[in-house]
Parts: sequence; C-alpha cells; structure tokens
Amino acid sequence: FLGAGGGNDIQWCFSQVKGAVDDDVAEADIISTVEFNHSGELLATGDKGGRVVIFQQEQENKTQSHSRGEYNVYSTFQSHEPEFDYLKSLEIEEKINKIRWLPQKNAAQFLLSTNDKTIKLWKISERDKRPEGYNLKEEDGRYRDPTTVTTLRVPVFRPMDLMVEASPRRIFANAHTYHINSISINSDYETYLSADDLRINLWHLEITDRSFNIVDIKPANMEELTEVITAAEFHPNSCNTFVYSSSKGTIRLCDMRASALCDRHSKLFEEPEDPSNRSFFSEIISSISDVKFSHSGRYMMTRDYLSVKIWDLNMENRPVETYQVHEYLRSKLCSLYENDCIFDKFECCWNGSDRQNFLLPPLCSIVMTGSYNNFFRMFDRNTKRDITLEASRENNKPRTVLKPRKVCASGKRKKDEISVDSLDFNKKILHTAWHPKENIIAVATTNNLYIFQDKMN
Amino acid sequence: QDMQEKETVAPERAEEVKLKAKYPNLGQKPGGSDFLMKRLQKGQKYFDSGDYNMAKAKMKNKQLPSAGPDKNLVTGDHIPTPQDLPQRKSSLVTSKLAG
Repeated sequence: FLGAGGGNDIQWCFSQVKGAVDDDVAEADIISTVEFNHSGELLATGDKGGRVVIFQQEQENKTQSHSRGEYNVYSTFQSHEPEFDYLKSLEIEEKINKIRWLPQKNAAQFLLSTNDKTIKLWKISERDKRPEGYNLKEEDGRYRDPTTVTTLRVPVFRPMDLMVEASPRRIFANAHTYHINSISINSDYETYLSADDLRINLWHLEITDRSFNIVDIKPANMEELTEVITAAEFHPNSCNTFVYSSSKGTIRLCDMRASALCDRHSKLFEEPEDPSNRSFFSEIISSISDVKFSHSGRYMMTRDYLSVKIWDLNMENRPVETYQVHEYLRSKLCSLYENDCIFDKFECCWNGSDRQNFLLPPLCSIVMTGSYNNFFRMFDRNTKRDITLEASRENNKPRTVLKPRKVCASGKRKKDEISVDSLDFNKKILHTAWHPKENIIAVATTNNLYIFQDKMN
Repeated sequence: QDMQEKETVAPERAEEVKLKAKYPNLGQKPGGSDFLMKRLQKGQKYFDSGDYNMAKAKMKNKQLPSAGPDKNLVTGDHIPTPQDLPQRKSSLVTSKLAG
C-alpha cells in the first residue's frame, strides 16, 4: 500500500482538527460540504445548520520549513435558513448541499452555496481601514450640533483591525421543484448549472430572475419514474459540455450546442451488468453519488456505494479503472439496508497538482474517497497501490506519519486489524477535499474537520 | 465443481435472501422506484382535511386535546392546529468549527 516505500509515495501527517471534541453531536453541526478555493488559500465548509465557515491558510513562514501554513478561521456566516413552503406543504432544510468557489477576479472572494432549493452568491471581502474625521458626525456616529461646525475637514482613511464581511450578492431562487444536489461553475466563469433530482438549469451569475432548463428527465407519468439525477458537473475546459450521473449508475455527457434542451445525450457511459449477479441491491449500490472531471477533462471519476470508477471520455462502454473502496461490505448489505447506510452518498476527489512540476497540467494520479469508521481511502493510479487512513484525534501529533489501517473481512483477524463487525457505521467520511496545488487534504468526519499534509523533509 | 459454484454464490444474493426472509412483503420490483419516490418527497408535511374532519367528529363527545408536546401525532387522532406546525428556527449559534 501507499507509504510502504518508494520515494514518490506521500506520507500523510496530522496537521489540524477543527470542531467540538464531545461525542454529543448537534444536528446543525453535521458537516455537509468541504471545498478549497482555486488557490487553496481558503477552505470552506457548510453544515446542516445552514452555516458556512471559511478557513484561511497562514502565509508560509520561510523559517518554518517543516510545515505549511495552518488554516485559521477567516469568516463565518449563516448562508441559508430553514423555510416552509406553505403552498406545497414542504419543509425546506437549511443544510448546505454544496459550495463552489468562483475564480478570484478582484480583491474580494466569491462563492456559491446552495441548499435544496435556493442558490446564493456570497461576496467575502476584507476591510482593514475606515474613514475617520467626518465633518458633520462625531466619531461615534452622532451628528454634531451644526452651530459648532466652523471649519471644513475631509475624512481620511485610517487602519483598523481586519474585518471580513460576507454579503449575499445574488439569490437564485424558485427554479427547482425537486432537491438540488449539485452546482457547477462553467469554464466561461459567467454561467453555472444547478441540478436537482429531475432537472438541470443553466444560470448566468448576474441574472437571478431567469434560468434556462437544459435537462428534464421528468416522465409525463410519475409512475414511470425509473431514475433520478444524482450529480452534475461542467467540463473543466469545454464550456459547452457537462455530465450528469444517475441513480442507475449511468453518466450522460451533453453538448449544449446540440440543442437548447439536452435531453438527448451525446455520450452515455454505462458498464454492462452481469445479469447473473443481479440482486435486490444492485440498483441501489450502483447509484452514483458523485462525479468529478479530471483537471485535463480527459477522464472523469464516479463514486458508487462500493467503488470508485475512472472513465475515459472516449470510451463509453466501461470504465478504464475500478477501485474497490470497501468490498467487504457486500456481504453486509442486508443490515446496511436496514440502517439506511446503503443510501449514504460518498464523494470523491482527485489529487491537486504534482508539486514537483508546475509547468505541466496536474496529473490526476491519486483519487481519494471516504468510508466508515472514520476511515478514508486513497488509490494511486500509477502504482496501483492503495491505503486506508483514519481521521481520529488519537493521531494528534503533527508531523507523525499516519499509520495505515486494515479491515479484516473474514477469517482470523490479525493484530492491528479491525473486523468488519466492529466498524462504526455512524462515523462516516462523506466529504473530502484536496488542495489544488499542494499535498494538503481536508477530511470531514460527522462534525469535525481534519487537515492532513504530507511530511516535508 | 458444482458444489464449489454453489459456495461462491454472490454475497449480494445471500444478503437479498436474508432481507426477504425478514421482510416478506418487500416490493417485487428491485430496490429502486420506492426509494426514488421517497427521495422526491423528502420534506413533505401533509395536512389532510379528511383526517381533520374525522378527528373533529370523533372528538365531538370528548374534550378537545390541546396541542401536546408530541408534535408528530398522526392527524387522524389529533386535531392539528397552526401551533402544532414544528417551528423551524435557524441556528443562532455560531458553528463549533469556528470556535
């Protein structure tokens, strides 16, 4: 497995952990999304309580060559609030389903955050100076007695303690009948898509009162419903191309130049199923919970309940690589169905760039995804090695390399292995993120955020 | 060789047999559509006027129960009032991640 040797293997060390230590987790504190911005300087989290917390990486201390900057709280705000749609008798959760950063254009930072129904564009800006010496007002804001004003003075900007302000600049509402599962910013940096269970809409970032429906898979008769949209993403380079995945394990690639309504796919990616292996669970575990393009756009990665698959956009009939995340769960599907874990939606991510080579586009050679018992997995596409690591406060010492974990599927359990039946299925790692430029990863357990980085020599 | 093949029956199938043994009335269609409908209906809170009127008729001879602490009572046995609607309050507390 990774870390066993070889000069290029990454050795992961604990760096930081954020969040409460106590085991009694309030619903609102459950982390629902994690996302680095394009430079990696900022790391955003969203939670079930509708709150966003943004961390900022410290400037690298040139003398402290043994570690990269730490992440500290930069801004936090209430993004969404719970609502009740009286017309439809529908309770709308404030849980943040996704956060996506816009590339930085000026001093401020922008991100899109969404709950089940409404997408919001937030501007996060810094204020480090303020005007002082107003002509008509005292310093505390009260107006001066006009008879005491005898001279004219012009206010000047004086430094103040840094204040980070978040303000909602756009609210994109009322475009989704069903629950939004994805948002994706287009490479044109002007438009973005939002996808719910049955429809995908295209928005312009400046226009909130109109959006274009580009995919609609709602059947005329709802009894005929057989699949729903589970995730969608724009191609990283082609602004006319996007993909969406389904609950049946298929991915459709659509080209917006072909027609206004992209109900007919340009490509359909589906792995043929072995009919003899079909069971009650087949469709449920084939449901794709996440889809991510590689940085070049040549490949895409999908996550279903038990595996991660890499697809070459030029080959529709099967994935080019399949990695088993926790195959030992296949013989536990009955109880995983009973406790609803079989419906858990795991995300996946590619590594950021290869630090040694900034000249070439990043090689997507490692994929990461979460599992149960606060375990997360990484697969090296080149060496075909994989590793299981644990996000736990027990590995708390910075610069100590994390010890790989192993699950014993059956038979005699070796020392240091954990048996399948001892796994804690309440400790799920659904959300992970990889810094776009460095080997720093953010891993969310139920209510804590762990940051790991590779061991620097 | 036959025996070997029987032993390597897909673990999924074995799990399916276990599940059907526990829940014999499980839908005939493979796990799919029921979940899809449940997924689409997430968040739905219904008020049924039929239930309301039936409960009202039932309660005619009894004292009307006031809105109890259990807000999840089936509407058939308890007359819902606007106060029963669960109040969703936003999180006024700052996230513990920022603490």
